[in-house]
Amino acid sequence: MSEYLLQLANISKRFGGVEVLHQVSFALRPGEVHALLGENGAGKSTLIKVITGVHQPDGGEIYLNDKRVHFNDPLQSRQAGIAAIYQELSLCLDLNVAENIFLGRQPTAVGGRIDWRKLYSEADRLLTSLGVHLDLRTRVRNLSIAQMQSVEIARAFSLNARILIMDEPTSSLTLNEVAELFGLVRRLRDEGSAIIFISHRLEELFEVADRVTVLRDGSCVDTRLVKDVNRDELVRLMVGRSISNFFPKQEVQPGEIALKVENLTHTGIFEDISFELRKGEILGMAGLVGAGRTDVARAIFGVVPPTSGTIQVEGRQVEIASPQQAISLGLAYVPEDRLIHGLIPAMNITSNISLPILEEYARRGWLQAKAERSAAFTAARQMEVRANTIWQIARTLSGGNQQKVVLAKWLSTKPRILILDEPTRGIDVGTKAAVHALMSKLAAEGIAILMISSELPEVLGMSDRILVMHEGQMTGHFTRAEATQEKIIFAATQDVTTGTVL
Amino acid sequence: MTVENPPVARSNLLWTLTRWREAGIIIFILILATVVSLRASDFLTLGNFRDILLDISILTIVALAQTMVILTHGIDLSVGSGIGLVAMMVAYTIKANPNIPLVVVVLLGMALGAVLGIFNGLIITLGKVPPIIATLGTMSIYRGMVFLYSEGYWIPPYQLPNSFKLLAKGTPLGIPNIIIIAVIVAILVYYFLNYTRTGRDIYAVGSNPVAAQYTGIRTERIIFLVYVLSGIAVGLAGVLWASRFESSQTNTALGFELQTIAASIVGGVSISGGVGTVPGALLGALLLGMINNAVTLVRISPFWEQAAQGLLILMAVVSDNLIMRGMQRNRPK
Repeated sequence: MSEYLLQLANISKRFGGVEVLHQVSFALRPGEVHALLGENGAGKSTLIKVITGVHQPDGGEIYLNDKRVHFNDPLQSRQAGIAAIYQELSLCLDLNVAENIFLGRQPTAVGGRIDWRKLYSEADRLLTSLGVHLDLRTRVRNLSIAQMQSVEIARAFSLNARILIMDEPTSSLTLNEVAELFGLVRRLRDEGSAIIFISHRLEELFEVADRVTVLRDGSCVDTRLVKDVNRDELVRLMVGRSISNFFPKQEVQPGEIALKVENLTHTGIFEDISFELRKGEILGMAGLVGAGRTDVARAIFGVVPPTSGTIQVEGRQVEIASPQQAISLGLAYVPEDRLIHGLIPAMNITSNISLPILEEYARRGWLQAKAERSAAFTAARQMEVRANTIWQIARTLSGGNQQKVVLAKWLSTKPRILILDEPTRGIDVGTKAAVHALMSKLAAEGIAILMISSELPEVLGMSDRILVMHEGQMTGHFTRAEATQEKIIFAATQDVTTGTVL
Repeated sequence: MTVENPPVARSNLLWTLTRWREAGIIIFILILATVVSLRASDFLTLGNFRDILLDISILTIVALAQTMVILTHGIDLSVGSGIGLVAMMVAYTIKANPNIPLVVVVLLGMALGAVLGIFNGLIITLGKVPPIIATLGTMSIYRGMVFLYSEGYWIPPYQLPNSFKLLAKGTPLGIPNIIIIAVIVAILVYYFLNYTRTGRDIYAVGSNPVAAQYTGIRTERIIFLVYVLSGIAVGLAGVLWASRFESSQTNTALGFELQTIAASIVGGVSISGGVGTVPGALLGALLLGMINNAVTLVRISPFWEQAAQGLLILMAVVSDNLIMRGMQRNRPK
């Protein structure tokens, strides 16, 4: 028997005419955390779907414990001991915790009758052994993302999974939850399970992974021991070139005050938020997921007006009651979840970009298609959107390109104050660098930028000043020079009632 | 991994809200009963209650099937036409062979209904046609077939044997058969949805089809199945309809699909799938039946009946939306 639990040999997969995986080989040892790294579109997800039987490879072989296997559907791979926790959580939100764990294989008594009592007692035993505290009868819809993940992990365990695949498990977790997740991952590894771990955050990979395999354009570039590589090397392997300057922040002399917020409060959500934002400045807003940063942004943009506090735009006090009004004042807001809030997935690129400025291209209610088209074309080119035509449907674009379309859409309104909410979440390193370069350029042109980000390197690298929020309160305010990772983490995780740095 | 539970108060609130939907219908029913009995003294009598149950038996059978379909995020618009077609074919069969055993008649009706359901299921799963479009098409086809089959004629009561007429109304057990049949169907569906894997799979498919598929549930099969079950219920309902109304017409059960959908939705079954219970659908059917009955007893113009039904559906859907919105807002981060 070889040292490998799972081996993929020369796996190829094509969709239509496009080869998504090209002769990829990959080997997984028992008791290791193996990171899978690559830009969006590099083929990570497809590779995972081949392993889990969602897709069948067009060429190549899969060996499990040295035995050749074919998975025709997810059920077969699951029965073989492979469990996947997908990015889009694969739970049934309307069913409760216990039933989700045993979905599709509920324990039955005589005559195929579901034995609910046994189902609950087994679920209880399982969660207890994992150290997870959850009410078994809570509907999954009412859980937090971290709690949902623990349900998924419990499900994997109940399947006696020896191979656990985690696709971007940390993207919506708080720092504490990430630490807990990693604790669990290490425990699983030490018990002999093998974990395939996908993340865009390189820092996490160094923290938790033993080996790393890098994919690029559907091919396997290399497999290395994590302790033998450094960050720059990994980035070079991923993008095929070295990205010399991660955060190309230009020095800008801040201009006059563009946005001034005083004692902004939405009772129960955030309190007493005050700050100034100057032209040409990038103000970073750090904090944990759920700290209320997005709520502040939404209040400023008029989505959910605040209960008290004042907002001044370019020296004039305003009451912003709706996004339309915010747009007319020169604000633009690029939301966090681009598919839900930022894009109309079924419309093409042009229509998406021109959406906020349709009025400019309408004459007595009729659209001037030519003007609309050329404006969209310019914006798309400025953002380097990679698409076949500007008529391509937004849904069919890659995540990074969707983000570019959202940015192009808001830039077409020629904003003077730009609010970016997690501008680079879930996009690949190359696109990330492009977005950062663009932000820097916009700031240099005098646009005031408020950037919400949960990625500390991004906050530290891009911001002129940094605000930190914790549970709806402002708990820190640093200049670029004085900010450090430690200071921000401290401010973002502290309990305001016991100690404050304000 | 230790994860905190959501605060107790919050989960209690949500719990109450999700429970509230069925409690809400019960309250609504009680209020309606009180108001109507003030105006019509014979409303709150055993005899009238029996009349209501008699009226909603067929509705209940089909609404339960409709509930299963809606649970998968589907819809079956062809049930009214299906009932009309089965009733017509069964009536003609009995007219031609008056001595055919009742068991055979019922089985024949259910088999015919199953065929209609299989046809719907195939169009939806193999043809990849959205359920609303597929069954909109078959709704017209099945109704058209009623005309083709009967050539526009109807079967009047005198052409049907007494034994068949007693199938629905007979009371060998002291209660009309049709009510007993509806109760049995309700128990079967309740057991099926709550105590079999296939039943739970229906919820899973409606709640998150991708998750269901990754769990190894054959989603296409489940979807196919609910339309066949709906067809079988339609078959049973067709036979009972012909028996209860002692006739079969070309417009039998015209528009009935909307009543079944209304009963489900009013009973808290979510149009977006995954949410809904048998007791809820039963209460929905009961409420619709009570409204019809009350309208007659209170001697409001029958023109109001449809408007009241429509209003009710809207009220149910709006409260559904408000509750969902409340839940999302209260969702712990």
